[in-house]
Amino acid sequence: MATVSLTVNGKAVTANIDPRTLLVQFLRENLRLTGTHVGCDTSQCGACLVHLDGKAVKSCTTLAVAVDGASVTTIEGLAADGALHPMQEAFREHHGLQCGFCTPGMIMSAVDMVNRRGHQLDEKTIREDLDGNICRCTGYHNIVKAIAAGAEAMGKGTAPVRQAAE
Amino acid sequence: MSVTGIGAAVRRKEDHRFITGQGRYTDDVNRPGQAHAYFLRSPHAHAKIKSIDTKAAAGMPGVLGIFTGADLAIDKIGGLICGWMIHNKDGSPMRAGPHPALAQGKVRYVGDHVAVVVAETLAQAKDAAEAIAVDYQELPAVVDTAKAAGAKTVVHDEAPDNTVFNWHLGDKDATEKAFKAAKHVTKLDLVNNRLVPNAMEPRAAVGDYDAGDGVFTLYTTSQNPHVARLVLSAFIGIAPENKLRVIAPDVGGGFGSKIFIYAEETVCVWAAKKVGRPVKWTADRTEAFLSDAHGRDHVTHAELATDAEGKILAMRVHTTANLGAYLSTFSSSVPTYLYAPLLSGQYDIPAIYCEVDAVYTNTAPVDAYRGAGRPEATFVVERLIEVTARQLGKDPAKFRMLNYIKKFPHQTPVIMMYDTGNYGASMKKALEMIDYKGLGKRKRDSSRASKLRGIGFSSYIEACGIAPSAAVGSLGAGVGLWESAEVRVNPVGTVEVLTGSHSHGQGHETTFAQLVSDRLGIPIDNVSIIHGDTDKVQMGMGTYGSRSGAVGMSAIFKALDKVIAKGKKVAAHVLEADEADIDFADGHFTVKGTDRKLDFGSCALQAYVAHKFNGQELEPGLKEGAFYDPTNFTFPAGVHICEVEIDPDTGVTRIDRWAAVDDFGNVINPMIVEGQVHGGIAQGVGQALLEGARYNADGQLVTASFMDYTMPRADDLPSFEVGMTVTPCPSNPLGIKGCGEAGAIASPPAVINAITDALGHEDIAMPATPQAVWRAAQKSISRLAAE
Repeated sequence: MATVSLTVNGKAVTANIDPRTLLVQFLRENLRLTGTHVGCDTSQCGACLVHLDGKAVKSCTTLAVAVDGASVTTIEGLAADGALHPMQEAFREHHGLQCGFCTPGMIMSAVDMVNRRGHQLDEKTIREDLDGNICRCTGYHNIVKAIAAGAEAMGKGTAPVRQAAE
Repeated sequence: MSVTGIGAAVRRKEDHRFITGQGRYTDDVNRPGQAHAYFLRSPHAHAKIKSIDTKAAAGMPGVLGIFTGADLAIDKIGGLICGWMIHNKDGSPMRAGPHPALAQGKVRYVGDHVAVVVAETLAQAKDAAEAIAVDYQELPAVVDTAKAAGAKTVVHDEAPDNTVFNWHLGDKDATEKAFKAAKHVTKLDLVNNRLVPNAMEPRAAVGDYDAGDGVFTLYTTSQNPHVARLVLSAFIGIAPENKLRVIAPDVGGGFGSKIFIYAEETVCVWAAKKVGRPVKWTADRTEAFLSDAHGRDHVTHAELATDAEGKILAMRVHTTANLGAYLSTFSSSVPTYLYAPLLSGQYDIPAIYCEVDAVYTNTAPVDAYRGAGRPEATFVVERLIEVTARQLGKDPAKFRMLNYIKKFPHQTPVIMMYDTGNYGASMKKALEMIDYKGLGKRKRDSSRASKLRGIGFSSYIEACGIAPSAAVGSLGAGVGLWESAEVRVNPVGTVEVLTGSHSHGQGHETTFAQLVSDRLGIPIDNVSIIHGDTDKVQMGMGTYGSRSGAVGMSAIFKALDKVIAKGKKVAAHVLEADEADIDFADGHFTVKGTDRKLDFGSCALQAYVAHKFNGQELEPGLKEGAFYDPTNFTFPAGVHICEVEIDPDTGVTRIDRWAAVDDFGNVINPMIVEGQVHGGIAQGVGQALLEGARYNADGQLVTASFMDYTMPRADDLPSFEVGMTVTPCPSNPLGIKGCGEAGAIASPPAVINAITDALGHEDIAMPATPQAVWRAAQKSISRLAAE
């Protein structure tokens, strides 16, 4: 067994775990934060994407002990003080989800994209940058729109303007 | 139209939990004392099991139980079933081998289930599985669809030539006669590539057993929990239905693959009693590739006969369909009644004859995948139509319009009675949206940039809401295909609707609530939609085949009629008027010609307190149920046009524009409907350009992860132009046709027709990967040079 200490969504956690425990298993099974999903086990689909010290990582191929001391943000920690994060609001507003399984990873990936590439994201940039996230339901059409709107809203610090889904 | 009623783009009620990480999928379910299952799978495509030695494994840390097919046999647990009987041309029944949930004596595909280990942790279960010694006698494998029939290797003794059935539909003599009289005959050989559905949520199950009451509970990733309960109870024999509860909570996509009753779910619920602990299993992605039912896998020869003017005279089709190593739950219906009856497409074709040979191979079972038979039919029809237009030197849009069915109802020569449609309207709109007039200039521009540009059409039709039950029963279905609903009005006027449909991405919690809000005149937030639990919803047939709107919502509609009728009786007493004088509109019961009225919530309260009427003459309460059995299939149809630009140096096909015009009848929520179209197109584009499940000659699946099997990603796809035309469906009260599969049905031929238009020849198969397109483009270039 190994001891791991992390800050998860702002709260300090320490646990004794089997050293082969993956970060996603630690989040889902030890902490019961089941919003982070496992879709492929091989870092391809991005359903397991979380922020590790502010940067996107795929938690299905990260050992929990390897990130001892780090700060982790999951989808459950994205909304501040009960208000939805602008990117969450944008996904809802633009119908950027259907079954919802890839959604937590998509939203965490989108927020990371904005952190890296700014608030004005064109379609080509979003599509290329979204290479590490797979969705089987939406055909990406509305995800791309949601990310563009969410990015802009993050820049303004407000929720995206409501508009008809096209 | 109200902001939350029928026709409004209401934002989804279910989204809040999904975007905040509060969705509750099967793998999120954890039962007290839960143990973990791991399945030992066959590494061989075909082998006899001489022995299985579990002794060493059984003594390993954390192991609670190891079970094999022999244990299932001792407990008299039946095999998995195929619920649709197909008859051969000579009238004899199809030849089906047994399908035990854990192998008994033989394994028939890589991934076949040999044993299950239940242990305290998943890691311990995996460790123990490695210590199980299985003595296999390897056998040669039969893999190739086209070569399976009559191969020396026999998959099941019950089908000695590997043929499950030789089936046919249509008038052979009339078709032969029409071909003899034809001026032109187009001949095509087509392969409809094998696909892996790959819902993003892998299949999962948690089996639980309450020893006190003798009740089993199965949490599972199902599109149809009641069908699962029926099969697990009546055929597999886990427990009687009243002792078996099946819960399908949030389900992360299905696309058909979660209709079926699989080995793992069966074993988990059974094993829960054996070990006296809840048993959980979740597939990893490679297990999903190996053991989820695959889709498509047809090899077809098709011919189309036309007269001197280009009018279609007849079609004949021969298809070999690979059903894999075992018959999955509805597999036999897919290449038969979901396929051949769609071969008339949108066209007036006087004679059609279709033969289908279904074969066993040493590959994963093949069953319904988004569209199920209809994409395969549409690919045949639309490739034939496109190539015929080219061979006759006709504009592909005009050639289609010449042959479109224009009068309704229309009886095709292959069972279907199309009720309504306006195919020309969809084509005209799609041509405008794609700017067909500007195509010539765009082609010249591409050519100047050393690129090849092409346009491809697809006029598809699908048959949804499969029913009536008596009709599908006569075709061999083992179930009826109605739907049920129950509307429970609470004393405060809020409403719970229990539906037998199941949502796994379709947004029923929103669209169904829109219907209720609209009809009862109550706020949408006062409506809750409940589904996916056999203890809550009495019965249901689930969601597949784009049936939830046309069939599921029609059942709700019918139940709402009854609620309103009962409400009128209550209101008549409260308002002291004759029941015949009570009207209901905008959430109020009113007395004709007066200003007396009662709002819906107050009526509900009066129904429950029962102070104003005699409870012996009028039952208290406000709760009504309905079963709805449609009178016909529904026939969504539309036109998709795809325009591609190919770089002949790299073989990369870029989809430059996409215009989709669909007629889904009346639409409840256009935002959700368009989302369904987007997703369907993406899956069809995946089939056309990227995806293909490949077995090598030994029967090893060489595309068994997302690193080997190319899923469409955001930068593989364009944004889509989606439009609609509307001819309301006459056979259900809401006029709905269904929208869930249209995109996946329409898109593969649109893409391939565009690529072949760009290449100038027809020699390309799906998936048209960059390598395949590059090779084909070299052929185009050498042809051009020769000219």
